[in-house]
Amino acid sequence: MSKTMKSLVLGIETSCDETAAAVVEDGYLLKSNVISSQMEIHRRFGGVVPEVASRRHVERVTSIIEQALDEAKVTKEDLSAVAVTQGPGLVGALLIGVSAAKAFSFATGVPLIGVHHIAGHIYASHLVEPLRFPLVSLVASGGHTELIYMPEHNRFERLGRTRDDAAGEAFDKVARVMDLPYPGGPHIDQLAKEGSPHLNLPRSWLEPNSLDFSFSGLKSAVINLLHNSEQRGVKIEKADLAASFQASVVEVLVEKAVRATRMKGVSELVLAGGVSANSALREALAARCQEEGITLRVPPLNLCTDNAAMIAAAGSYRFRDGQFAGLDMNAIANLPLA
Amino acid sequence: MKWLAVDTSTLVLGVAILDEGRLLGEVTTHLHKNHSVRLMPTVARLMEDLDLTPQELEAIAVAGGPGSYTGVRIGYTSAKTMAWSLGIPLYSVSSLAVLAMNGFHFPGEIIPLFDARRDRVYTGLYGMDKGGVSLQLPERVINIDYWLEELKGRGPILFLGEDAIRFKERILHVLGDDAHFGLPVENIPRASALGMLAYTRFQEGAAPEPEDGAPNYLQLAEAEAKWLQKQGNGGEENGASTH
Repeated sequence: MSKTMKSLVLGIETSCDETAAAVVEDGYLLKSNVISSQMEIHRRFGGVVPEVASRRHVERVTSIIEQALDEAKVTKEDLSAVAVTQGPGLVGALLIGVSAAKAFSFATGVPLIGVHHIAGHIYASHLVEPLRFPLVSLVASGGHTELIYMPEHNRFERLGRTRDDAAGEAFDKVARVMDLPYPGGPHIDQLAKEGSPHLNLPRSWLEPNSLDFSFSGLKSAVINLLHNSEQRGVKIEKADLAASFQASVVEVLVEKAVRATRMKGVSELVLAGGVSANSALREALAARCQEEGITLRVPPLNLCTDNAAMIAAAGSYRFRDGQFAGLDMNAIANLPLA
Repeated sequence: MKWLAVDTSTLVLGVAILDEGRLLGEVTTHLHKNHSVRLMPTVARLMEDLDLTPQELEAIAVAGGPGSYTGVRIGYTSAKTMAWSLGIPLYSVSSLAVLAMNGFHFPGEIIPLFDARRDRVYTGLYGMDKGGVSLQLPERVINIDYWLEELKGRGPILFLGEDAIRFKERILHVLGDDAHFGLPVENIPRASALGMLAYTRFQEGAAPEPEDGAPNYLQLAEAEAKWLQKQGNGGEENGASTH
């Protein structure tokens, strides 16, 4: 990063079910990181209900911002900018953060910056140690599965994306058909440790050289397998099913991430997003990167899931580059990364 | 005492600045355009026209629902965050009460009404009071036919709101000559009326919105209502989807 950059950025994130605010200095120094999770609220629905999420964001948003400023021991006047997740995400949820950030910017005169949620996820690693360029990042979460190339700070090129379900979404959906509690990802991870991945499940490679992903076929295969074995009165070990499903997802993620680094000729791979918490993915990626001579960076768990510190960090580089937004900024559910 | 009033709870975007209940400036549009895009620039432009800075504001009033869920939240979140940022109080007034103010001089009772889909309406029964309107029958979401049955025999009633026109035939069928309708301009809620109502409540000593305050949607989120219903029935399935 630029050694001369001086900035103090307030980040706000409400793209899904976390109401979050954070303060980051000079693009990397974490001053505060406040997250109000709604997981308990959505658990009884078996998934995030957008209307319920939006309602909760409205209640919490100013308290969370206040707490972030208090914990960072900064005042509104000290801030260089307020950075907010503009998209992608649930539009009704995004709108709360965007409305709050615009109102804050207008009332205080602090400049406004819109941040892409995926850019934020990549910058989570920068809060631990400086990103080294060029790099490739695998961003896998409940809402996204993408491969992004970054030649330098604040420059993004999308190499691949999921064409249907996100990796985390596949975990949650499969967990549900297996009657595991919500959110399913950690439960599958845990259960898989006791099973063997011997069940025959597909790997979706798509066209040769494609860096896109597809997980809906795998999800259907799991459902069919359960259904058929039930009809034949054969019992499938849940642990084996979890292990087999997870092995399929991990194999494709690892292979395509490594393929992306080769295609771009880079030796830095950054893992990002909530699925980074998956132990099998971490282990497989670490082993493969070592073989390939790639440096793998994995942010700590609390920065993998949605947070506002990563938004503030990514926003700091937009601040550096003078990329401000006007009061007419809107939340965009499918915001492209450019 | 400069007050900012904002209302984005329906198609109408309303922004007004008042000084002790006296109107200094107002913008009202009635368009199919995005409140998220237009609200803050409209506030900024009006304040610039009036040579006011945000620091000169002493309170903010918001139309706190019912209405379009998303619209109500854009107004409430923007107003709440401005108020918190400036360290000034936020007052929330029913979006229906704001509309009812347009019938202030009607010699009878007033029904403000927004469509709540599937033949249901957001509504309440209002009467006149010194300086404002007062609620006679509680606000609710109700099937229009049940609501009209309940209103029989109360004498002259003024129905207000663009959506009231949509139900005009049914209203006339049940209430006949007792039913009256607003002029087209009276069907558009005004942020100036919101500012007046909020200022009156403030003078009467009403409490400002709490820190974790939220709009009044008048009904639960659909998934929540279904979940509660299932709990009552002892069922386990629900209608939620992962995003």
